[in-house]
Amino acid sequence: MKILILAEHDGKQLSPAVYQVVTAAQFWNAPVEILVAGSNTNTVAKQAAAITGVARVIQAEAAHLAHQLAEDVANIIVQVAGDYQVILAAHSSFSRNIVPRAAALLDVAMISDVLEIKADHTYVRSVYAGDILTTIQSIDALQIVTIHSSNFTAAKNTESNNTDVNNTGAQAEIVSIEVPEPFTITRWVSETRSLSDRPALTSAKVVITGGRSLGSAERFEELLSPLASKLGAALGATRAAVDAGFAPNDTQVGQTGVVVAPELYIAVGVSGAVQHTYGMKDSKIVVAINQDPDAPIFQVADYGLVADLFEAIPELTNAI
Amino acid sequence: MKVLIAVKRVVDYNIKVRIKSDGSDVDINGVKMGVNPFDENAIEAALRLKEQGVATEIVAVSLGTSANQDVLRHALAMGADRAILVESDLTLQALGVAKLLKSIVMREQPQLIILGKQAIDNDAGQTGQMLAALLNYPQATFASAIQVDGNTISVTREVDGGTETLALNLPAVVTADLRLNEPRFVKLPNLMMARKKPIETINAAEFAVSAEPRLKLIQVSEPSARKAGIRVGSVSELLSKLREHEGILL
Ligand SMILES: Cc1cc2nc3c(=O)[nH]c(=O)nc-3n(C[C@H](O)[C@H](O)[C@H](O)COP(=O)(O)OP(=O)(O)OC[C@H]3O[C@@H](n4cnc5c(N)ncnc54)[C@H](O)[C@@H]3O)c2cc1C
Repeated sequence: MKILILAEHDGKQLSPAVYQVVTAAQFWNAPVEILVAGSNTNTVAKQAAAITGVARVIQAEAAHLAHQLAEDVANIIVQVAGDYQVILAAHSSFSRNIVPRAAALLDVAMISDVLEIKADHTYVRSVYAGDILTTIQSIDALQIVTIHSSNFTAAKNTESNNTDVNNTGAQAEIVSIEVPEPFTITRWVSETRSLSDRPALTSAKVVITGGRSLGSAERFEELLSPLASKLGAALGATRAAVDAGFAPNDTQVGQTGVVVAPELYIAVGVSGAVQHTYGMKDSKIVVAINQDPDAPIFQVADYGLVADLFEAIPELTNAI
Repeated sequence: MKVLIAVKRVVDYNIKVRIKSDGSDVDINGVKMGVNPFDENAIEAALRLKEQGVATEIVAVSLGTSANQDVLRHALAMGADRAILVESDLTLQALGVAKLLKSIVMREQPQLIILGKQAIDNDAGQTGQMLAALLNYPQATFASAIQVDGNTISVTREVDGGTETLALNLPAVVTADLRLNEPRFVKLPNLMMARKKPIETINAAEFAVSAEPRLKLIQVSEPSARKAGIRVGSVSELLSKLREHEGILL
């Protein structure tokens, strides 16, 4: 039995979630292999090879994989799938795009966003925006699963882990494979990246989220930016704040945005709808600042402060 | 150009779903149901293509029991031209739905298929990609903007850290993000008119595909609530509490 992990990367760095999926994969006690696909994968292949618990790295490199289109990456997964009993990926927008396509080509009922692996073929995942947990069992021989990565600790690098008695310091072998023909009827045109000096939302240690009550994009920035700078925090937003144009789309935290699990989450003027709390309730410590003492966000907060955010936030920023 | 939209019937997003007393499943008996919000974005996108003169016919399809007629009526009231109900008593899961939708696509031959990017009940987010795979069509998921230009569609997708724009040859599959548009409200006269529009019912068994569920539900439960927190009276009290925690530097 072998396990394959589809790795998300940007050509320079593996996504931190890959390390968490490697930990999830250890459940099966079987060799874990990582697939890196792209047009410039040497650096990330080496990073993957250095992760403790990784037996082999499969490198799929070709010019047409520069943007890792779902059609092309799914075809690579299909090509190699016969060697594996389990195919895993982090439940990120990257994998959510690719993995269901591969699963259908392989005629497998995929399981999305798994919180816990209970037994071989048996998983726990949430439904209804996290309100309900379900335990489900798959009857497919091949398991195709995306992992709720924040529920798993990150695997370490063999190098940076020299105190580990099991560590041989060895790098896993890297093998290159031939890739299928490009799927030419989808073409990549362009991209926009939100430029920010702040840490990435999904990997930041501290996340500050602002809601609709911030009132405008200017006030959102004016009020939350200085605090974020002091704390080295990423800025998130509720859907209401994003829809109102106060913050970029990719900062939306929640059921239909990103899921974060930082050490510290500060919700500022956020009501705490389930669609929002779905994306933050795994945070280690949650602080909520809201002027409404009955706001549902207080039910998931470790520390609640009933206050006007326009007074409390500057006071907090000054006190740090 | 014909546009096909897929519409799922789900529990209204405002409802807190309960569990049956034996823990075997959720209890949605008598609960308010409606169109999956993302599917409303899909319908709206199709309607706007029609208003631009790009789409000529909009066909809405839903899979499930006869109860699904209500969400199809909603799609018709929003402006879809006709509707198809694929009737099945099975517990339908993404792969089975994709297979049945493929059969409908083969029959209807739409140039564009728009689905919601996920359903708010099971949050799986798979059906569109699976349908595209089975048809060997191009796909663009999480769309926040679309533009049809002759035989191609250009789609802006919401991805982590920004957006990405793809050009797909038609026919293609697109999944809608909430940001794609703001779905119009259904006016009462339109709802009345929708009653006159046709809903064709096809028994799923007529298609030679197996839509049997592959995922067995073993148990449902409530997640453990976060440990109850405390209220602090001031910013300085908040800070002193936070400073007691290891690993938080303030
Ligand atoms: C299908 C679907 C998907 C969704 N997905 C998401 C998602 O992914 N993420 C998400 O966030 N939402 C999502 N939502 C929306 C969600 O239901 C809520 O509407 C949204 O989270 C509310 O945002 P908010 O807290 O900013 O605004 P509101 O609910 O309007 O809350 C504003 C809060 O600010 C407080 N406030 C006002 N003024 C002040 C002040 N001066 N000082 C302190 N507090 C103040 C108020 O007391 C209130 O609690 C989704 C909804 C649907 C239907």
